[in-house]
Formats: sequence, structure tokens, C-alpha cells
Amino acid sequence: MSDVAQSPVSHGHGSGHDGDTRRDFLILTASALGVVGLASAIWPFIDSLNPAADTLALSTTDVDLSPVQVGQRLTVAWQGKPVFIDHRPPAEIKAAEDVDWHTLRDPQPDSARVKKPEWLVVVGVCTHLGCIPLGQKQGDDRGPYGGWFCPCHGSIYDTSARIRGGPAPANLVVPPYKFTTDTAITIG
Amino acid sequence: MPVTGTGATSRIIRWIDYRLPFVAMLEHELHEYPTPRNLNYWWNFGSLAGIMLVIMIVTGIVLAMHYTPESAMAFDSVERIMRDVNYGWLLRYIHMNGASMFFLIVYIHIFRGLYYGSYKYPRELLWMLGVIILLLMMATAFMGYVLPWGQMSYWGATVITNLFSAIPIFGQKIVTLLWGGFTVGNPTLNRFFSLHYLLPFVIIAVVGLHLVALHTHGSNNPLGIDHKGPQDSIPFHPYYTIKDMFGLMVFLIVYAVFVFYMPNALGDAQNYIPANPLQTPPDIVPEWYFLPFYAILRSITFDVLGIPSKLIGVLLMFSSILMLFFLPWLDTSRVRSAKFRPIYKWVFWLLVIDVITLGYVGHNPPSGSIVTVGQIATFYYFFHFLILFPLIGKIERPRPLPTSIGAAVLGPAGAAGGN
Repeated sequence: MSDVAQSPVSHGHGSGHDGDTRRDFLILTASALGVVGLASAIWPFIDSLNPAADTLALSTTDVDLSPVQVGQRLTVAWQGKPVFIDHRPPAEIKAAEDVDWHTLRDPQPDSARVKKPEWLVVVGVCTHLGCIPLGQKQGDDRGPYGGWFCPCHGSIYDTSARIRGGPAPANLVVPPYKFTTDTAITIG
Repeated sequence: MPVTGTGATSRIIRWIDYRLPFVAMLEHELHEYPTPRNLNYWWNFGSLAGIMLVIMIVTGIVLAMHYTPESAMAFDSVERIMRDVNYGWLLRYIHMNGASMFFLIVYIHIFRGLYYGSYKYPRELLWMLGVIILLLMMATAFMGYVLPWGQMSYWGATVITNLFSAIPIFGQKIVTLLWGGFTVGNPTLNRFFSLHYLLPFVIIAVVGLHLVALHTHGSNNPLGIDHKGPQDSIPFHPYYTIKDMFGLMVFLIVYAVFVFYMPNALGDAQNYIPANPLQTPPDIVPEWYFLPFYAILRSITFDVLGIPSKLIGVLLMFSSILMLFFLPWLDTSRVRSAKFRPIYKWVFWLLVIDVITLGYVGHNPPSGSIVTVGQIATFYYFFHFLILFPLIGKIERPRPLPTSIGAAVLGPAGAAGGN
């Protein structure tokens, strides 16, 4: 480099000055290509950390709802996560529908969260930091709205599993599911 | 000092040193390295931390030979170490309690630095390397705690990895990437084991840089004044090797009391229940050394300017440590030691009390007055670093500094230069 800077001798075609710009250009394009190459080489390492094909393959769960009585809550595993299924009695449905949902932290009407009002299906993972809220078992603390209560940091969910108090930012997630018959669903 | 002498050993050492100056370096760093003559026992904790790192690596390597990083077998393999492997119980208890001891030592080491201004010119990079070591230690300890695959392992991992879900837009994608699945599971356990084995060696490398930076300008000292001549220092060996050895013996007594008499006192009984992905334990608490940061995370229960409380909590928790990188510039006082800083001397203890308060808050369920105390303590933590540090340096009138270490320690005779 110092030779080039000190010597006015031209290299190849054109003057020394042109040679410098050409060198700049070559350095720039070579480095840019190097960065692109490096980034493409790094990607397989990062992507290998993402869920593998066999993990992704476990992505649907079939549930038979016929044995679930009114008022009963059932927990099933979907993608390793608990899914809460609530066979809601009329009082719970009414409580969920009667709320002025526009004022809620994560505003959603109950109708947008269910396919059939008597069946609420949500992922039972608190949207705060991923604990599993209480409320599925008899005698669990269901919080002041009769829905679910997260024991970790005190998030409160209502009978539509919408966030009503505590630190969680969002409602419990409704997973993609469809009714395959009147009393059976496929989650995922 | 080159090795002299004509014996066979000297000749071999000279042959090696000519090619790889290893013995010469040891000689230089241990014998010629001038150490302030006034270091007190708070200066033992750096070497103690180094020894603790070695103990953790040695026990960890042996434990890894018996451990199975598979979610269906991990818990049982740890129980097998405890019951069937020869001295497995001893190795695991040394390793488990060693993590607590390591953090205890390092926290004392950090507060020593804060009291005596060891982070100030020209030791800013030395301090920043220390903060990097702290971050690496935290990551290593967190991943190590996941390995036994008990209830606290599983749910601790779930809560901590979920912190990243607070990142806008990409949050959930990043969390899935960290997990290698849709929940914490076998892929998570595998990668945590891999990283838990790797990071201690990264720590060794950063400790190496920490020592190079340390030996460039030498140790700070309780007076916080620069080394001015031979009357101020004594050789590291034998004076401080013997002092460090004595400190080590005292420390090992404390360590042994935990290992042999109360090995589970610092742990959580919930972690002796195998991980259950469908059941969260009644209350999740991290290990004691993370409690102050956990309290900061939970302290924000309200949104600010439309930013969700969850994101603010996460940002505050990370900045509570990252802020330490800027401490050399946040502190505007040029006097290092709190001994000569009449205001800082007292304010320092407020930080100690504040961090202990945060630890207490982090340990208790977040309800009622605990939340308020946590919010006040979190506010004070940031107030201390961002407001008090710059302010006190401006308004404080430091007491006069001694002319030299020798003069302060030996009286006027020492200042004359006699060693």
C-alpha cells in the first residue's frame, strides 16, 4: 500500500489516480461479495436451531369432545403446549359476551374467539412469560373473572380467556382448529 | 529477569524460553510484577474467582461424563450421579454450590471495585471485560440450572427464554429459534448443554484479557492512588500468594459447610420434581444470584408511552447490567477510593442495601407492598447510577490524598523511598 501511495508510477492502464479508484472499487466489491458469502454460510448454522422436520410433523392434535360435560375443562397437548378446552355453561358465555370489549387491553369480542359459543379452545400458555395459568382443575384459583389465573406473575383472564389484569400483554392465543364433526376438533 | 545458572534445568528452561517465553512470563508476572503494598482482604476475591472457575470446570467435566442431555433421561441421569456414581453426590454438590459461591465471590469483587473506584482511568477496559465475564457467567449458570430437568429447570427456562418474546415483531420467531420447537423441550436441553460446556472456556479467554489489562497498569489499591516508586510496592510472590492462600483456606471452610452440611440450602426443592410441561409450579423463583434482576424485571406493572410493561421490564433488566459498561464515564469524580470521598463513601452503602432489597423482593411473590418496594428499589438502582454517580462527583469535595502509598502505610519514612 505505501508503495502505491508514494509512487506516481501508473499500474496497468490509466494514471496512478485511476489505479486507486479501481483498487477502491475492487476492494469494495470483493468485501461486499465476501459479506454476502459469509452471511449465506452462517444461515445454515442459525436455521439448524429452528424446529426440525420431525418437530414440525407433530403439529396437529385430534380431540374427541363428546365426553366433556358442560362446565368441564379439558387440557390436551398440542405441539407440546397445553390447550385449554372449556365446555362453557351459559353463565360463562353470557359473562364473556356482556363485556364492553372495546375497553379491554387486547380488545376482541367473544365471538371472534370461538367457533361455537359453548366451546372455548385456547393455548394454555400465559402471554406474559409462558407459565400455565390455573383454572383447569376443580378447586383451582380462577381469578376474579372466573376464567384463569396465572400464578407466576398474577395475570388474570376472563371466561373468554382475555387478559383482564396483571402483566400479560395479550389474550390467551386461540390456536387454529376446526370441527371435524359436531363433537370432535382437529387442532393445528 | 532471565534465568541464570548452568545446571541442566536452567539450560532446558533457557532453551524453551528462547522459543516460547513461558517461564520468563511467569517470572515477570508473579515475581517482578509490582503489587501495591497496602492491598486488604477485599483484594482476595479476584484470585478466589479464578480458583472457583477452575473448580467449576474440573467438576463439570467429570459430571458431563455421567450426564445424559436427553429430556426423557436427564433427570434420572442426575439422580444416578447422586446415588450410584462413585462420589457423584460430592462432585454434583461441589458444582451446584460452586455456582452460588462463584457469584458470591464475584459480587463481592464487583462491590470492591465500586467502593475503591477500580473502574476509573486507566482501568476502564479492565472493568468492562469484567462486566462481560459477569454476563457470560449469568448465561452459563442459567443454562446449567436447566440441565437437571426438574420443575424449576423447565419453568425457569420457559420464563427466561420468553423474555425475548417481548421484542416487537420478531419476538416469537426468536423464541422458537431459541427453543428449536414450540416449547422448551429436548432440542432446547441439547443446545443448552452444548453451550453450558462451551461458555466456561470463553470465560477463561476473557479472564485472560482481564488479567492482561490488569497487569498493564497493575492493581488498584485501597487508597486509590497511583504507584509512584519502589517504596509503594512489594512483589506478588510470596507476599500476595501467601495472603491469597490464607483467604482461600477461609473461603473453602465456608464452601465446605455448604457442600457437606447444607447442600440444598441455596437450591429449590421443586427442582427435585421431574419437569412437567403441563404443570407450572406454584411460584417460580430463580436462583438467589438472579433475584435482584428478576425483581427489576417484575417491577414494571404499567405501560409507559404505549410501550407494553413486559417490554419495559425486559429492557430495564438488561440495562441494569449493560449500564455498568458506562460506569467509568458516569462517575465524574477523579478520586478513586471512597476513603477520600466523604459523600460517596455513604451513598455506596445505599446501593448495597438497594440490591439486597431487590433480592428480597425478587424472592417474594409480587403482591401488595412487595410490588411498591420493588418499584422504589428499581427506581433507586437506576437513580444511583444515572443521577447520583455523575452528580456526586461534581458537588463533592474530596479529602486530600496521601502523597504516596508508601507514605500512607509506613509514615514519613516510607515516603523517603526506603523499602
